[in-house]
Amino acid sequence: MFGQSILSLVIWVPILAGVIVLATGSDRNAALARWLALAGATLGLAVAIPLATGFDTGTSAMQFVEKAAWIPAFNIHYHLGADGISMPLILLNSFVTLLVVIAGWQVIQDKVAQYMAAFLIMSGLINGVFAALDGILFYVFFEGMLIPLYLIVGVWGGPNRVYAAFKFFLYTLLGSLLMLVSMIYLYFQSGGSFDIQTWHGTPLGMTAQTLMFFSFLLAFGVKVPMWPVHTWLPDAHVEAPTGGSVVLAAITLKVGAYGFLRFILPILPDASHELAWLVIALSLIAVVYIGLVALVQADMKKLIAYSSIAHMGFVTLGFFMFNPLGAEGGLVQMVSHGFVSAALFLCIGVMYDRLHSRQIKDYGGLVNKMPVFAAFFMLFAMANAGLPATSGFVGEFMVVMAAIPVDFWYAFIAATSLITGAAYTLWMYKRVVFGAVANPHVEEMSDINAREILLLGTLAVCVLAMGLYPKPLTDVMHASVVNLLAHVAQSKLP
Amino acid sequence: MRVDMQTLYLVVPLAPLLGAIVAGLFGKLVGRTGAHVAAIGGVTASFLASVLVFQDVLAGHTFNGTVYTWMTLGDLRFEVGFLVDALTAMMMLVVTFVSLMVHVYTIGYMHDDPGYQRFFSYISLFTFSMLMLVMSNNFLQLFFGWEAVGLVSYLLIGFWYTKESAIYANLKAFLVNRVGDFGFILGIGLVLAHFGSLDYATVFAKAPSLADDTIALWPGASWGLMTVIGILLFIGAMGKSAQFPLHVWLPDSMEGPTPISALIHAATMVTAGIFMVARMSPLYELSDAALSFIMVIGAITALFMGFLGMVQNDIKRVVAYSTLSQLGYMTVALGASAYSVAVFHLMTHAFFKALLFLAAGSVIIAMHHNQDIRYMGGLKKYMPITWITSLIGSLALIGTPFLSGFYSKESIIEAAKVSHLPGAGFAYFAVLAGVFVTAFYSFRMYFLVFHGKERFRQGHAHGNEPDTGHAGPHGHGHVETPHETPWVVTGPLLALALPSLAIGYMTIEPMLFGDFFGSAIYVADRHPAMHELDQEFHGAMEMGLHALTTLPFWLAAAGVGLSAFFYLKRPDIPAALAQRLGFVYRMLVNKYWFDELYSWMFAKGARLLGGTLWRRGDQNVIDGFFVNGSAHVVERFSRLVKAFQSGYIYHYAFAMLIGVFALVTWFARLN
Repeated sequence: MFGQSILSLVIWVPILAGVIVLATGSDRNAALARWLALAGATLGLAVAIPLATGFDTGTSAMQFVEKAAWIPAFNIHYHLGADGISMPLILLNSFVTLLVVIAGWQVIQDKVAQYMAAFLIMSGLINGVFAALDGILFYVFFEGMLIPLYLIVGVWGGPNRVYAAFKFFLYTLLGSLLMLVSMIYLYFQSGGSFDIQTWHGTPLGMTAQTLMFFSFLLAFGVKVPMWPVHTWLPDAHVEAPTGGSVVLAAITLKVGAYGFLRFILPILPDASHELAWLVIALSLIAVVYIGLVALVQADMKKLIAYSSIAHMGFVTLGFFMFNPLGAEGGLVQMVSHGFVSAALFLCIGVMYDRLHSRQIKDYGGLVNKMPVFAAFFMLFAMANAGLPATSGFVGEFMVVMAAIPVDFWYAFIAATSLITGAAYTLWMYKRVVFGAVANPHVEEMSDINAREILLLGTLAVCVLAMGLYPKPLTDVMHASVVNLLAHVAQSKLP
Repeated sequence: MRVDMQTLYLVVPLAPLLGAIVAGLFGKLVGRTGAHVAAIGGVTASFLASVLVFQDVLAGHTFNGTVYTWMTLGDLRFEVGFLVDALTAMMMLVVTFVSLMVHVYTIGYMHDDPGYQRFFSYISLFTFSMLMLVMSNNFLQLFFGWEAVGLVSYLLIGFWYTKESAIYANLKAFLVNRVGDFGFILGIGLVLAHFGSLDYATVFAKAPSLADDTIALWPGASWGLMTVIGILLFIGAMGKSAQFPLHVWLPDSMEGPTPISALIHAATMVTAGIFMVARMSPLYELSDAALSFIMVIGAITALFMGFLGMVQNDIKRVVAYSTLSQLGYMTVALGASAYSVAVFHLMTHAFFKALLFLAAGSVIIAMHHNQDIRYMGGLKKYMPITWITSLIGSLALIGTPFLSGFYSKESIIEAAKVSHLPGAGFAYFAVLAGVFVTAFYSFRMYFLVFHGKERFRQGHAHGNEPDTGHAGPHGHGHVETPHETPWVVTGPLLALALPSLAIGYMTIEPMLFGDFFGSAIYVADRHPAMHELDQEFHGAMEMGLHALTTLPFWLAAAGVGLSAFFYLKRPDIPAALAQRLGFVYRMLVNKYWFDELYSWMFAKGARLLGGTLWRRGDQNVIDGFFVNGSAHVVERFSRLVKAFQSGYIYHYAFAMLIGVFALVTWFARLN
């Protein structure tokens, strides 16, 4: 009976579950809240599964479409749909939400219901971002998802959480407002429509395209984040609880990159071509500059946060190669980074829960006490360094391959991440995991428990499966990406 | 029948993988015996299957096919597949045979190590990765295997993870290899961009039509496409096969347990670069510039790394520098278009160098993990099997006529001599001079270990030479009377001694001058090396006899003679020389200061640059100027929020969100 409204379920089931969890109230009912949250997240993932099983890889058209009038006065619709670009991201988000609920099981003892509810509601809102085909609907979800995230950092965060949350807020607000202005302009240009797919065909002059390009670039670039609007991310990560970092890295950053594919490229193709050099330059700076900055971080979370920025540089670089290999490479990199960064932040969480420090210097010789953990951590570190047969390799490989025919030197600069990525990740690993037991605190650390093995093991399977057999994923994307690129190749100048 | 062969192809790599999984993931469950039975069983199955495949290839059956499709994008296909021809089949035999020997040897060498199962898991995983590398039929899988062997090498160099020098060495090895891989992947990218495929057969077939293509790397500079591809791919080989200037990781890799030094850092993984270039012969034959580059790099490595072996005191490091030098020889052969000679030397070297390493390991066991040859001596009478096999290995290495190394090395020297490429003169001089150097350092070590005074009772005092010795994790033992090692150690030594003696004599004719390699290796007519070698070859026996009248033989004899004189008769002379030639000596002991240079330029430089970008760029400019331009605003805001932190602000926020939704909807409906 819900066959026609899968996307609605994917959005509203987690949100409803969140509201129910919230209703359990104070921490006296913490156990109930946890189990309800687990049930909600599981159900959230379950209702998303039909998206994958029922997906038609042969078409680039929107699937699972739902459309109803929402605010007829402004021609605003409750309009949902998924294609090969958004469907994998919805699944990734629903999957990561379940992981986050499990990850917070024992660690969060304070305001449990609120914590769990925040993640569930955010999950639904993010699914809304990926599924929305109406500009205003997109905007509401896009802004709405920030509220729970902002609270997660601001309430369960570290000592400097307010500064971090505020910095995050400031950055994102700036871009969003400009984006809203652009959307309203598009509404008038398209003859009174907020339909994103209609916008894809709306003719626009070069000046308008350029102005809107910058406003969208700011809105989405902050989320990705692109250099130089990236400095909120390391701070937010450092202050956020483990679950917050996981969602932030695995999902929130993808929202920004998704915006490039849904808005910037198809709506502003001429400006995109004209200003591709800018995005390429910023992406390559992210890869090199941020890679070097990551090298000198003393705080593990900051290090992985910077590493995320460098990895996201590959995503935006791939998009602006304007070929299928690059665009799909960027998308693959997004999904892979979802797994790998989630896993790495969970690993740091595992260590933090035991030693209450994220400083590299406080560790050393972990492998002596936590061999199972060390093995998982090694796998994810190698995936972060882009080792073949892990998911981390696939996207970077595709983007480098895509860049060579465009300009050899783009590929040259991007490929330096082969060296820097390995350097910052494995150097950290060496200092934290290898060596003799560094101090009495490490001596007391116990290896990971069954719950942690379940979490890391699940992600390990994902990382390896995607590295060994990425074909199913690229098959899903291919038709939509080819259609998108055909669209981008056509000028929209009136 | 053919279907059965395909199953067999799968067995070759998957059997060791299965062994690795059992020993690695179920190590506790199956115990030490279970782990080594599983691992050795897997490699044995792989070896036997390789023998059958080899016979099948000899019977004229080659195979090129897909195992599964990794990824497709429209017409573009990336696949995992096998190419089984003579080159592959030979590599499969070498890899599985040496691996099997090392597996057996490990039972003895790692007997007391708590990481026993883990070690077996790693070396089986290595065998799997190496086999995937050599059996690949495309560049992508080649890169997979390439990086996978690098990973296992990393894990094994750092096997004793509490040892600071080991975990430094493994990071260094991985990063230096990544520099090579950086070039490698760009080379692969150019192949994909210009050939539209990563499949060997497709690329090789199309190569001649692109032979004259050029690309402009920067405005006004037009490079031959094949030259750029060739050099970039070769940069990968320089990392993996430790060619100058990316050689720095290999000596340090000796921090790992000795069995892997034999398997990975002598016999197999480090020869991956040589194999790769030989496999790509249809591409390299199209660019004399790339070949010239390869030859010069190989010549530098062959000679200058050999020099370093002359001053080392750590038994494993002497063999390591010898390996570097021999890899240089193979590279020179590649540059001279004598691919089959390079692969031939790869094979003979795999046997005698694995033998030398395992023998060194046997000595190390007897010396209770003291690796300093200044504290050995006279071991001949205590360890007869280790002694005789070491002697065989050393004689094979220096190119004693009729032993395996002779045939391959002599052919390399000849090939360099007849090459017309720029740099060939230097290469010829380097490989010729290298013969003397090789003989000198090999027998210096041999005499210091097995002959002369027994110095192992002296303990580990500091001699007059700087201490470059590194002890194993068990520390320095005090040895009273050394013993021969158990059969699991000596057995592999004997099994490797046989091919070290005879494989060259037996196989030179089919491998170099017959049609063993068939179409697997391509040589253009304008490159004369193989043709000239063929003209001069009149049988293996004749070649051995003729050698007595040639320069290399007497250079080798002089090297052995001089080291005997220095280290058996007049040990005061090398000490005096070291003092007299202080600068030269310090330069050699410090390995031309490459480690210092790299650590200063790259390790320190990158951290300095990263730190500057972070503090100046991120913190001062972006945050300091743009973000915190309103720092006090933030502060005020935070005070405000603190005041609100009475409890459940998020309730309000959620309510607000839902409220906005509802209101907007309702309001709009009214309109």
